[in-house]
Amino acid sequence: MKCITLIKSSAGVLCLLLSLSSVAAETIKVGVLHSLSGTMAISETTLKDTVLMMIEEQNKNGGLLGKKLEAVVVDPASNWPLFAEKTRELLTKEKVDVIFGCWTSVSRKSVLPVIEELNGLLFYPVQYEGEESSKNVFYTGASPNQQAIPAVDYFMNEIGVERWVLAGTDYVYPRTTNKILEAYLLANGVAKTDIMINYTPFGHSDWQGIVADVKKFGSTGKKTGVVSTINGDANVPFYKELGNQGISAEDIPVVAFSVGEEELSGLDTKPLVGHLAAWNYFQSVESAENEAFIKQWKKFIKDKKRVTNDPMEATYIGFKMWAKAVEKAGTTDVDTVEQAMIGITTPNLTGGVAVMNKNHHLSKPVLIGEIQDDGQIATVWETNGTVMGDAWSNFLTSSKDLISDWTAPISCGNYNTKTAKCSGQNF
Amino acid sequence: MMSTCEGPKGPSAAGTRAKYIKIQRGDAVIILIRQLATVFLLLLVCAEAYPNVSTKDDLHAISQQLGSVKLRALPPVVAQLENSGEAALPLLEALLNGGLFTRKSDKRVLIGLRQGDGRYLFSDAITAEILPQVSKSQMKKIVINNRLRGQIRDIIAKVTLTSVETNIRTRAIKNMFNKMTGENILLLRQAREAETEVALITLIDLALAVYDLTNATAKQTRLESLDLMAVSLEPLVFNTLAALLALDPEGNPLETDPEVRAKAQKIYTSMEEEIRFYERLEQFFYGLSLGSVLLLIATGLAITFGVMGVINMAHGELIMIGAYTTYVVQLLMPNNLEYSILVAIPMAFLMSGFVGILIQCSVIRFLHGRPLETLLATFGISLILQQAVRSIFSPLNRQIISPSWLSGSLEINAVFSLTYNRLFILIFALLVFACLQLILKKTSLGLHVRAVSQNRGMAKAMGIRTEWVDAMTFGLGSGIAGIAGVALSQLTNVGPNLGQAYLIDSFMVVVFGGVGNLWGTLVGSFTLGVANKFLEPVTGAVLANIIVLVSIILFIQKRPRGLFPQKGRAAE
Repeated sequence: MKCITLIKSSAGVLCLLLSLSSVAAETIKVGVLHSLSGTMAISETTLKDTVLMMIEEQNKNGGLLGKKLEAVVVDPASNWPLFAEKTRELLTKEKVDVIFGCWTSVSRKSVLPVIEELNGLLFYPVQYEGEESSKNVFYTGASPNQQAIPAVDYFMNEIGVERWVLAGTDYVYPRTTNKILEAYLLANGVAKTDIMINYTPFGHSDWQGIVADVKKFGSTGKKTGVVSTINGDANVPFYKELGNQGISAEDIPVVAFSVGEEELSGLDTKPLVGHLAAWNYFQSVESAENEAFIKQWKKFIKDKKRVTNDPMEATYIGFKMWAKAVEKAGTTDVDTVEQAMIGITTPNLTGGVAVMNKNHHLSKPVLIGEIQDDGQIATVWETNGTVMGDAWSNFLTSSKDLISDWTAPISCGNYNTKTAKCSGQNF
Repeated sequence: MMSTCEGPKGPSAAGTRAKYIKIQRGDAVIILIRQLATVFLLLLVCAEAYPNVSTKDDLHAISQQLGSVKLRALPPVVAQLENSGEAALPLLEALLNGGLFTRKSDKRVLIGLRQGDGRYLFSDAITAEILPQVSKSQMKKIVINNRLRGQIRDIIAKVTLTSVETNIRTRAIKNMFNKMTGENILLLRQAREAETEVALITLIDLALAVYDLTNATAKQTRLESLDLMAVSLEPLVFNTLAALLALDPEGNPLETDPEVRAKAQKIYTSMEEEIRFYERLEQFFYGLSLGSVLLLIATGLAITFGVMGVINMAHGELIMIGAYTTYVVQLLMPNNLEYSILVAIPMAFLMSGFVGILIQCSVIRFLHGRPLETLLATFGISLILQQAVRSIFSPLNRQIISPSWLSGSLEINAVFSLTYNRLFILIFALLVFACLQLILKKTSLGLHVRAVSQNRGMAKAMGIRTEWVDAMTFGLGSGIAGIAGVALSQLTNVGPNLGQAYLIDSFMVVVFGGVGNLWGTLVGSFTLGVANKFLEPVTGAVLANIIVLVSIILFIQKRPRGLFPQKGRAAE
């Protein structure tokens, strides 16, 4: 892997030298920081291609500020410390103006100190656990109140779930999300004995015992639902086991936050039909923008069967917003663009308009969908209007007084409304 | 069928009575007779015409509505289908299975059946006329949600309670377990009269007993119900008893009759014990099943590492190649998906074995006796293989269709069932192990392998072509890894990282069982599997893994050669 990385990066440097000699300083550089090898390659490669597609389109339309955009693609190889190194490389050596990248929360946490030290700009396109706000990061994915909380509301009000299984992979996103959800459920009068929390390691494949436990937990006569923060790969054996043990979506529905169209395209969807997913975007949503986007994507990737998913829409929105902000600011200077970003709007692919808020999070609609046998997700419920992303959850005692506001006079990522103080730490 | 015909009768009969009071007696009789005649005629018409014309028209109208209304408005439309009885079944089933479409152009409702090649064959929802020229791009699927699915299943249950097929009736009765309404109980009582199958009579009696226990007032009936319930392990029975024995907020029992309570308590306790027993049994099976997966992935390694002494870091990738072979075989025979896995087993063996021999002949052969360099070289090979698969098949996971005979579970009783795929893999793993033992013990290749592994120099002196034997042994070990890949493709993702996840597990099993001893691998894998599954409910999956790993480390400190160390000079 190292060897390949070396070849890739040296090829990148070579290209760079060539391009420098011909069109020196005539381009705006866009860094793309997504894993192209290792465990996360399966999800992140798609986002790299999405950014490249957006850049191609922008260049076709004349670029930005009269300059062409130029992608600088690096491969952090699903290796969390390498994410920090690659960020440093992008900012100091390549001197990129903006970075689109990261997928897992742990990779973002690894990038944060570097991007703040060197004052870069990162667009993070994946749903995450919240409890963070950095001046240098724009979060275009969903925070828990834009995905997890509405999904739980749907279960509670529309399906009438009374017993809850919170199942997740053992790392920071599921742990934090489940902490928020547990607090939320307790606040809504659910008894502690009616909540079962279960964590499994990454890539867990032997679900027999856990599914049997869920089945037992759900056989008391009260309606039971599973809220799954199980990470990508482990989902396939999980759903297979559910199907084999005869648990259908009507008996015990599962709502997942990490299962999208792309994950579904790699598996036999028969046992999954009727289970749910909560996102801000589904490929099946019918709108003119979405149709055009899907068409563009299939043409760019030269594969008619490729699907689109929520992080792709988040990347799309992030890129469009950044381009607008640069045009508005008339420069790519990080501080100016950062201020110009706030209040920028761009149409969602699912209809309506996304707004970038003062806390660097988006206002977006939330959709709940049921998985169909063709691997698509059909919307069964959506919020009225948009939901504003919340950086600090109101359901955790440690963060309920905190807000994030990056405009003057507060200009702070974690401002305590009670003590009127900004904690020194930025994220 | 009945409710539609009852419709006109009800109001007119009431009307008759109202008029009877107002009008003079003499006229009244005539009017009464006339009215009765109308009702009679109406009933006749209804009974005659109903199944032929109006059902089809009704169905057509309802299906048209299905295609045009929004998801939220669907439930009342679907509810109308109940009146059409069995005639509505194809429509209901298609809707339930996501096979009902509307044509975009004229809103005609069609049933689409997915063919083996992924294309759809459409037929009219009402007349079943096949329309071969219609393609899926002209159609829009009618989307339903879980609530509707439940509603449809309830309707199907009501309609099929008197079906001729036993398993459909069974499903219908089981479905009614979830909804013990007065209407359903009435239907069940009717079905009980007509039922001939003893097992199903017991099932219906059980449902009726549960209903009687909670709703009847006569003590005798309730005690009899309890007698019926005593033999069952259904969660429904267990929950009903638990609810019956519950205490109210002041701590007084909800059930006032002491005799009923005592009897229920007795049944509840014995049931609890029985359920716990089956839970243990189930856990043990889960352990065996995990053990069988470990056995499959470790057997190949037991040969290359245990017998040949080669530390093969690419073992996981050989498993992965087996899994991808399953995928390719599936692509090659799209019309026989059910049996493609049977073809995949020998193909995967050959494919992985071939790659294994290639690795042995091109790399490992030159590094003989230099374990550290072998380790590094094979690690490099594993990365090359992973990236190769990424380049050929893309980094995305590939979809393996599980054949229907490997899906679902074997229900032994209401609380104990074994999933077919796990059961087959358990049997398969033991079969592979037995075959391997046979090869090593009974064939000349086995003899040569054992001779070379015990004393290479002496074997060479006896005229054994050690290089050839090495290649064959490595090929055999790799081939078995490929077979493990086929099994894993039924359980987990098929992607470039498949092998990595299982490499450590397989080394763990071989070292724990004792290097060079196949029986050690067998015992080791089942021990680890069962230990893991018994720890899991107590500690959680993450901690269970850690505890198992730490125990193995401690065990190896105490017995460095594993459970069954090789003895004699060969071990030196």
